[in-house]
Amino acid sequence: MTKSFEKGNVAIAKAAVSAGCLYYFGYPITPQSDIPEYLSGVLPGLGGQFVQAESEVASINMLLGAGSTGKRAMTSSSSPGISLKQEGISYMAGSEIPGVIVNIQRSGPGLGGISASQGDYFQSTRGGGHGDYRTIVLAPATVQEMYDLTILAFDLSDKYRIPSMILADAMLGQMKEPLDEWKPELGIDYGHSEWILTGAKGRERRRVKSLYLGDGDLAEHNWRLAEKHKRIAENETRASVDIPEDAELVVTAFGSAARIARTAVDRAREEGHSVGMLRPITLWPFPAEEFVKVGEKGTPILAVELNTGQMVEDVEIAVKGASKVSFCGYPPGYLPSPDEIYEKIMEILKGEEN
Amino acid sequence: MNYASIMAGFGGQGILMIGNLLSIGALEQGLGCTYFPSYGVEMRGGTANCTVTISDKEVGSPVTARPDGVIAMNGPSVDKFGPRVKEGGFLLINTDMAQDEKFSKDGVNVLRIGCNTIATELGNPKLASMVALGAFVEKTGIVTIDSLVQALPRVLPEKAHKLIPLNEKALKAGAKYAAEN
Repeated sequence: MTKSFEKGNVAIAKAAVSAGCLYYFGYPITPQSDIPEYLSGVLPGLGGQFVQAESEVASINMLLGAGSTGKRAMTSSSSPGISLKQEGISYMAGSEIPGVIVNIQRSGPGLGGISASQGDYFQSTRGGGHGDYRTIVLAPATVQEMYDLTILAFDLSDKYRIPSMILADAMLGQMKEPLDEWKPELGIDYGHSEWILTGAKGRERRRVKSLYLGDGDLAEHNWRLAEKHKRIAENETRASVDIPEDAELVVTAFGSAARIARTAVDRAREEGHSVGMLRPITLWPFPAEEFVKVGEKGTPILAVELNTGQMVEDVEIAVKGASKVSFCGYPPGYLPSPDEIYEKIMEILKGEEN
Repeated sequence: MNYASIMAGFGGQGILMIGNLLSIGALEQGLGCTYFPSYGVEMRGGTANCTVTISDKEVGSPVTARPDGVIAMNGPSVDKFGPRVKEGGFLLINTDMAQDEKFSKDGVNVLRIGCNTIATELGNPKLASMVALGAFVEKTGIVTIDSLVQALPRVLPEKAHKLIPLNEKALKAGAKYAAEN
């Protein structure tokens, strides 16, 4: 099959359609507007609905509504817009409503700018909105993964009745790469017929809600969510691991930073250094076990991020001091080159790190 | 093989178009490729540039500080990207839009070519970027002219397909100039 050559954003939009998503709600914002642009052209012809809502808050609540009927639906935005959606995401998590949220990150805090950033790691992996909840967070690093992980996001969201998030950035959204547009199996029974809101005629009324006022009910609900989070962590954690047996250093990064770091790692290897690469694909659940294995050997770790240090905290929690963890961060407005990361790798290998 | 190239110029000079064409040309040859455009304010006038990284395995970084090759379609692009070209690399300068440049760097092979002049001789000054790309692949050998010609229908919009023969001519005119200079 001939591969297409697509923008990352378009790959996400195409994947949504392949995953049977017929409903999209959003509000335009750079650098993700290719997603609504594509879907606005395609969904009506498929019998779906494309809604440019009046705001981000409206669109996340439309996603909540669509999800409560058991239909696959998606919204997308970029950092400031995702902040606005947090209340709705919290309500979806509390009500256990599936749905996919795409964040093509730009830079903050506040209005920030439109350049690529990974500044929303904390927001994505810690819940973002109020309350004790998690969302599944998938971090693609290639255009192909923008497609593959969007399909996975729908599957996991339905399987666990939990909102799933794609966390990419301006670089991944705007760049083009070859894309194999494979089609997943649809029509899997996730048991939604037991709870979705489809009209109560001829059956008992149902409620999809996040409000629990009865004595002990909310605690029970929260414990049940925590159980579910544990199950997800046990079964759905993903990482790309390429660590030689004799590694002197392991570089870790996700998404676009991992792409740049990869070239630096390859250069160090070409020069005879044994350097590993560990790329988390699920940011939540975080692939802590893979870092524990690195810690057991005491191999030093270098975390590279397009921010001032967020994922590195999860790395430190995972290794519990068993490995020395260094950090190399690039806040927005500037993209590092592979050479800069290579220099940092060499500093650590030579023991010259400050 | 991992070859990082940057093409740069004014918005409207066809920079992103030749970046796409080079990318699809690489795909036609079964190579891996990543195309990363400048976006945002640049899209609204001013300068445009893109990085095209071609590899025989999975492409790593979509960005580079030391490109193997650069197409500079105007003066500011020579100033910005010329000094970054890797030792042993290649720089194409469109002398029609970079009249006063005196760029030189040890170990960098420079081709000076009047892309607009050649394109105008072919009948359409808009073909200047195609002339440049033809010359670029002739000098660097990263993809073949044939692959670019094959890729033209995938890059040009349907309504411009009648211009494919003219674009092919421009690519070949650029290659011819490069072969002779």
